Amino acid sequence: MKILVCISKAPDTTSKIAFTEGNTKFDENGVQYIVNPYDEWYALVRALEIKEALGGNVTIITVGTAADEAVIRKALAIGADDAVRIDADPKDAYYTAVQIAEYAKNNQFDLVLTGKETINYNGSQVGGMIAEALDAPFISVATKLDVNGSNMTLEREIAGGIEVVETGLPAVVSCAKGMAEQRIPNMRGIMAARTKPLQVVAPVSVEDMTSFVSYTMPNAKSACKMIDPSNMDELVELLHNEAKVI
Amino acid sequence: MSVLVYVNSSTGIHKSANEAVTYAKKLGGSVTVITNGGCDAATLASLGKYGADKVLVDRSVNSNDDQQLTRMIATAADSVGATTVVFSHDLTAKAVAPRLSVRMKAGLISGAIDLPSGDGTTKVNVFSGKAFGAVKVNTSKKIISLLPNSIQPEATGSDCAVEDFNGNAGSTNVKVITTKKPEGEIPLPEAELVVSAGRGLKGPENWGIVEDLAKALGAATACSRPVADIGWRPHHEHVGQTGVAIRPNLYIAAGISGAIQHLAGVNGSKVIVVINTDPEAPFFKAADYGIVGDAFKVLPRLTEAVKKFKG
Repeated sequence: MKILVCISKAPDTTSKIAFTEGNTKFDENGVQYIVNPYDEWYALVRALEIKEALGGNVTIITVGTAADEAVIRKALAIGADDAVRIDADPKDAYYTAVQIAEYAKNNQFDLVLTGKETINYNGSQVGGMIAEALDAPFISVATKLDVNGSNMTLEREIAGGIEVVETGLPAVVSCAKGMAEQRIPNMRGIMAARTKPLQVVAPVSVEDMTSFVSYTMPNAKSACKMIDPSNMDELVELLHNEAKVI
Repeated sequence: MSVLVYVNSSTGIHKSANEAVTYAKKLGGSVTVITNGGCDAATLASLGKYGADKVLVDRSVNSNDDQQLTRMIATAADSVGATTVVFSHDLTAKAVAPRLSVRMKAGLISGAIDLPSGDGTTKVNVFSGKAFGAVKVNTSKKIISLLPNSIQPEATGSDCAVEDFNGNAGSTNVKVITTKKPEGEIPLPEAELVVSAGRGLKGPENWGIVEDLAKALGAATACSRPVADIGWRPHHEHVGQTGVAIRPNLYIAAGISGAIQHLAGVNGSKVIVVINTDPEAPFFKAADYGIVGDAFKVLPRLTEAVKKFKG
């Protein structure tokens, strides 16, 4: 099994979200980057479990600059065999997906895994775009994945329920909670990650299809209005007349 | 301008479909709906009330298969000369819209929360609801995937024509083995009112008071992550960063402290009510109305007050 796991960097969940340059750029000042949790906890760890059971190789891939190598080493410390960095500052999901699809096509992977979305842009776009570029099936928001020979059985969320499906390889899967449990890298993994192969690949030429022009912050919440716990009639009255939601 | 809307009608027409059609109507131009599966024509025709000029239905496609749906929608877009395709940002859209974006060479705006503004950009949620981004599409065609509960459906027209359509969807590579669906519930992402509870409820046997309030309000029920993890409530009720993200009009949270991961799933709610015994619970900072008190006493009182209000 050759498995390609797409990882993205994302600001640590507790990061302060702010913007600079006239609200056109994310303010990276003081931000600690982590591997996007869905990519790490679910896609990468499940890939490692499959490899441990069936043999094979787990490669991680990211589209990013040299500054992103720290995040790549974190993913290698968890257990991936090798890494690929497409040397570009990704502009949108399409740009990223085309780069990854190109690499996947040239290197014949059986399975491409992504997280269900990133926690910064929440677009949930890259996996489906890679699948279309590869003309491969895409199982999105999968919560279970088992490989049996050249087939896979998966569970995925559909509107208000769960669907169990079967598909052949190669395929692209976006991974959600339920797929695997987070692994904490041990000291041996961290040491080994330093010397694992990290290949830097030049990007192919592609135009981005969307751009973020600016950002805004939500209006600050006005102070929470405290209600006497014995007076729920007052709350109902406020929800009806002031908030107008019931 | 011609706008195409994909509607998932496999379980009938939901509010989110009416929202997507209303949104398309407000973009201007003609509005065509493409759908598939076995939904009856009379139900599909009701989309005309929200602005659809006609509904195309491919009855040969009966699955959630993303490759088949992508081909079918692309065929429909070609046939009506659509320059914009609108989805409701649900699980089907998350699988199909990115594929369609590549196939049609159309820039994709995921999770739109408003109509395009005067400068041509569209507002989306970013950073798990902690900020908004204005997205510009650089291609001549575009795809907009609209977050549920972002605009109100407006019924101003009458039923429209429903036509059979051959979307040349091709064969499927994905075989469905089984489908498990809970019966008769409001899909959480679409619910306007949500009552949610966490570990403060102390055990699954105490959920009756949450359900009573939800029933009195006509609300859906939800829960926090720890509660879903220990199996007190089903996983599909879990709202938060790793669960479902929702944006109801009213979110009532009892016995949930309001960790940042939980807030990421609910901070799009219009009004938040927090009930907690701990006055220092971080959730009060994100709340509009707060009650420091014991959920076991406050929830039944609130249920009674709601019943009295509704008469």
